[in-house]
Amino acid sequence: MIEVTDLHKSFGQLEVLRGINLSVPANQTVCLLGSSGSGKSTLLRCLNLLEMPTSGRIIIAGRNITERAASMTDVCRNVGMVFQQFNLFPHLNVLRNITLAPLKTGLLQRPEANDRAMELLRTVGLQDKAQSYPSQLSGGQKQRVAIARALAMQPKVMLFDEPTSALDPEMVGEVLAVMRKLAHNMTIMAVTHEMGFARDVADRILFMDRGVIAEDAPPSEFFTNPKTDRARQFLTTIR
Amino acid sequence: MPQDYLHHLGTVMPALLKGAWIAVYVVVAAEAIGISFGLLIALARLSKSRWLTWPALAYVDLIRGTPMLVQILFLYFGVPSLVSTVTGNPWNISPILAGILALGFNSAAYVSEVFRTAIGSIDKGQYEASRALGLTRFQTFRYVVLPQAFRWAIPPLGNEFITLLKDTSLLSVIGVAEILKEGQLYAARTYAIFPTYVGIAIVYIILTLSIANVLRFVERKLKVPA
Repeated sequence: MIEVTDLHKSFGQLEVLRGINLSVPANQTVCLLGSSGSGKSTLLRCLNLLEMPTSGRIIIAGRNITERAASMTDVCRNVGMVFQQFNLFPHLNVLRNITLAPLKTGLLQRPEANDRAMELLRTVGLQDKAQSYPSQLSGGQKQRVAIARALAMQPKVMLFDEPTSALDPEMVGEVLAVMRKLAHNMTIMAVTHEMGFARDVADRILFMDRGVIAEDAPPSEFFTNPKTDRARQFLTTIR
Repeated sequence: MPQDYLHHLGTVMPALLKGAWIAVYVVVAAEAIGISFGLLIALARLSKSRWLTWPALAYVDLIRGTPMLVQILFLYFGVPSLVSTVTGNPWNISPILAGILALGFNSAAYVSEVFRTAIGSIDKGQYEASRALGLTRFQTFRYVVLPQAFRWAIPPLGNEFITLLKDTSLLSVIGVAEILKEGQLYAARTYAIFPTYVGIAIVYIILTLSIANVLRFVERKLKVPA
């Protein structure tokens, strides 16, 4: 589903990604771990071109998105993203937050878009909040709406960029529960600091260090027997 | 004496109200120019191209750096004189049209600053979320940025609207029959100077308070529930 070849990304003189090679099959759940500044978020943001790679190739669902001809709409048809800060549209109610993109990009007509939005709201347990505005929701509810909004574009891949980092501890569970529901039913790449989630739900851990993938292993192996010193150090600091 | 004042206040009112109608007509037309042109200038100033930002900045500086009265006289007397000289044919502009254009282009400079700040206040995450959802730049602007910026801009735009309404009095110098001009004509005819100017003040206050109330209503209507 995702093929990344020799991906580099620099911000001025600073090279943040230094040759990423990666292949993720369909319906796999991958957690990206690593210390701050290791390039996890940048890698994720390259996968939907929020950051333009300096060089390298990214193929998602058979489409080379790094080609010049790739349009953002095409890219985003296949890739949904959930942000740390939710980024809901504050002037639109929950229903319109979810239906805006499918309607304006021509993916769905109004009745189907509304039906699909209500179905997604049921999936994330917020069907009674369709008419609420983001300012009337808790952090956890906002993030669940953000997940529903991304899913409304019917993506094949979902990217989660630290989806629980901005939440109060008691709200983390409800967001992780939704992510668990999605896991193994679609391709997921998640940058997270929730080690429990990574251990229990992920099929695969990518440990990033200074712009490269330092370890690529199943969670059972990564958490019990990390191969690199950096990973061992990382696991010690987060425990 | 007070009965005389009251009498003149009553007799001058129809003329002042006629002037008020002209003032409202001019200010609505001018503000339509101000908002649309002001938005374009704001976008030019926010653009990454110097070819857009520099002319936009120069325009704002030019307008803010010259008195509105001079701009009105320039449009009403200066431009026709230039056109007549260049073309060799006499050319005139109507006082109302000159007034609308002068007030509109003046307002655009101030409105552009309001929009520039409003658009600049929209969080970067809103653009990223829109982009990640596949919205084009135009769609992002139209459906995500502009509605939020506009809500933010309503109070300062309201102030601008009220200022512009009061500035219509400057159009009396080019003969637009707005409130002040109508009052001056009445005072010159009757020598009832004090009650006329009291009447003029009353009409302006009623108009500005009404506009402020309409704007408060619009603001309340568009307010996102908290």
